Amino acid sequence: MLIDFFYTLRSAKLPVSVKEYLTLLEALQANVVGPNSDASSMDDFYHLSRMILVKDEKHFDKFDKAFGAYFKGVEMLTDFTADVPLEWLKKTLENELTPEQKAAIEKMGWDELMETLKKRLEEQKERHQGGNKWIGTGGTSPFGNGGYNPQGIRIGGKGGNKSAIKVWEQRAYQDYDDAVELGTRNIKVALRRLRRFAREGAEEEFDLDNTIRSTAANAGYLDIKMRPERHNHVKVLLLMDVGGTMDEHVARVEELFSAVKGEFKHLEFFYFHNCVYDFLWKNNRRRFAEKFDTWDVIRKYNKDHKLIFVGDATMSPYEILQPGGSVEYNNEEAGAEWLQRLTHAYPKFAWINPEPLGVWQYRQSISIIQQMVSNRMFPLTLKGLEDAMRMLSK
Amino acid sequence: MKFSGTDNYVATQDLMLAVNAAITLKRPLLVKGEPGTGKTMLAEEVAQSLGMPLLQWHVKSTTKAQQGLYEYDAVSRLRDSQMSDLDGGERVKNIENYIVKGVLWQAFTATEPVALLIDEIDKADIEFPNDLLRELDRMEFYCYETRELIKAQTRPLVFITSNNEKELPDAFLRRCFFHYIKFPEADTMRQIIDVHFPNLKKNLLAAALKTFYDVRGLPGLKKKPSTSELLDWLKLLVAEDIPLAALQTQDDKVAVPPLVGALLKNEQDVTLFEKLVFMQSRNR
Repeated sequence: MLIDFFYTLRSAKLPVSVKEYLTLLEALQANVVGPNSDASSMDDFYHLSRMILVKDEKHFDKFDKAFGAYFKGVEMLTDFTADVPLEWLKKTLENELTPEQKAAIEKMGWDELMETLKKRLEEQKERHQGGNKWIGTGGTSPFGNGGYNPQGIRIGGKGGNKSAIKVWEQRAYQDYDDAVELGTRNIKVALRRLRRFAREGAEEEFDLDNTIRSTAANAGYLDIKMRPERHNHVKVLLLMDVGGTMDEHVARVEELFSAVKGEFKHLEFFYFHNCVYDFLWKNNRRRFAEKFDTWDVIRKYNKDHKLIFVGDATMSPYEILQPGGSVEYNNEEAGAEWLQRLTHAYPKFAWINPEPLGVWQYRQSISIIQQMVSNRMFPLTLKGLEDAMRMLSK
Repeated sequence: MKFSGTDNYVATQDLMLAVNAAITLKRPLLVKGEPGTGKTMLAEEVAQSLGMPLLQWHVKSTTKAQQGLYEYDAVSRLRDSQMSDLDGGERVKNIENYIVKGVLWQAFTATEPVALLIDEIDKADIEFPNDLLRELDRMEFYCYETRELIKAQTRPLVFITSNNEKELPDAFLRRCFFHYIKFPEADTMRQIIDVHFPNLKKNLLAAALKTFYDVRGLPGLKKKPSTSELLDWLKLLVAEDIPLAALQTQDDKVAVPPLVGALLKNEQDVTLFEKLVFMQSRNR
């Protein structure tokens, strides 16, 4: 019973165990929901199975998708954790449309357009069962040849059905997924993770209460106990790439770290552009007037600092590999030299990259930097941050 | 036994289902949600409506799992042993006299079914939930000092609340049911307010609710006002007899509402809010 449902959830990468599955069956047998109880609708079953099988709101969105897919009678063959982002779709469409069509869309409204598009895609799917790679739309449609992600995933949410939208189709927990980029809600959770990072690795101090207790238990012979100190000793040196598309992400990371500033013993910010060279700066507006020599920075902050780069690592490979490759001035030494110098000076380092993980492999400069920082590059997601922090505190 | 909300607690359909499933299958129910959405209240109200006594265990950062089971008061025993002429040393001989029972012990040995609230479990050490695995799963534990097994006669109804400050271990989660209390939608909120302020004037309520959701919708607030803050604020509005006109503005723009201190709890938020209101009035 419901074995396929269980495996559907597993294949959606939900951490569901056999024990929980058995509990669900037990609940069904005990008539918590079902025809003989007060709660007999599909929504009730949805809520029941969610509370038993899913233990964290960050998985709710995945669960909603998998639940919807299974109960629509669709076997899940593809990886449901990937999704076509709506923004990306919008952009692609924007590129392909002529100005007149754009004007027509403005009239129609994006939401309506997306609905129509989804409906169109569903129709297409039905006609081309079998070939699940590409969807070609007809010539006169305003969507052009909007082929989409070849992994064969439906575009998020179904809509366009005649019935009202069901609970699991509202995808109300989309923001809670830990693989999405940091937004306003999950930034709070990220803060807590950083705080935990700040508190780890403390030294020991004398524990009076515990000493008294263990001395008493020891029939009066002295037994000294120590405990880890509650202070923190974590020092962080944050180097951030500014300019262009990075600014928004960088501002977010900066906010994030300044919010936990009190928890760190030291937290220093510096900016660079694209790649680190001879100079860093602290104030972006006066970046040419107030420069800090990178050598001075390395000398001033000793090696117990944890070095965190924040940057998209997207640039021309020359900017990393060639002397004089910088877009701003004629640098004597290649960016790679400087990167190496910094990573040697600070054994604990990580690179946080706000670009989505999926595009990394297509950018040459990212893989060069990835190599230079010995694969310690993490995406700017909750999970990425956590992994980075764990790596740094090892 | 069925729970279906109480006179002063509005439970949504999915919350009722969660509580009833936990009652039927006797599993602990882990409740998460924004601060101020009534997680702790839930346990109190369920216990009250089912007529069970409620045992509460408020967890702090220094709380150890052992404290919920029992503690061996070695210091008193040492002191008593050095002054053993008190009652001929009889008391000191029996170690049972120095075992202080914890909340779980009380809950397990109670003769009638009880409800047990473990509040804010995420505040404790990371190992805390792991130390309670067997206790919550099998509802039994072993007391090493007296060499006896404490086993629950009737499984208590366990509520656990968490504010998400730490992640709970998987093994622990597998043994619980999980419910996430979402921030109530406007309809549910109206029901909640009806329960607390049955005599509130309709138009005042509508204006207050609109202001509340406007404030909540502002981007960049550090702590968004939640249900409990809204209720406090309404209480103040009623107590101070604030006229309806003070909540409404002519042109549907946000103004600084009266007694805003009840909704926004830190000065950055208040300044941000005032700045936004000021900018808006300038753009007029």
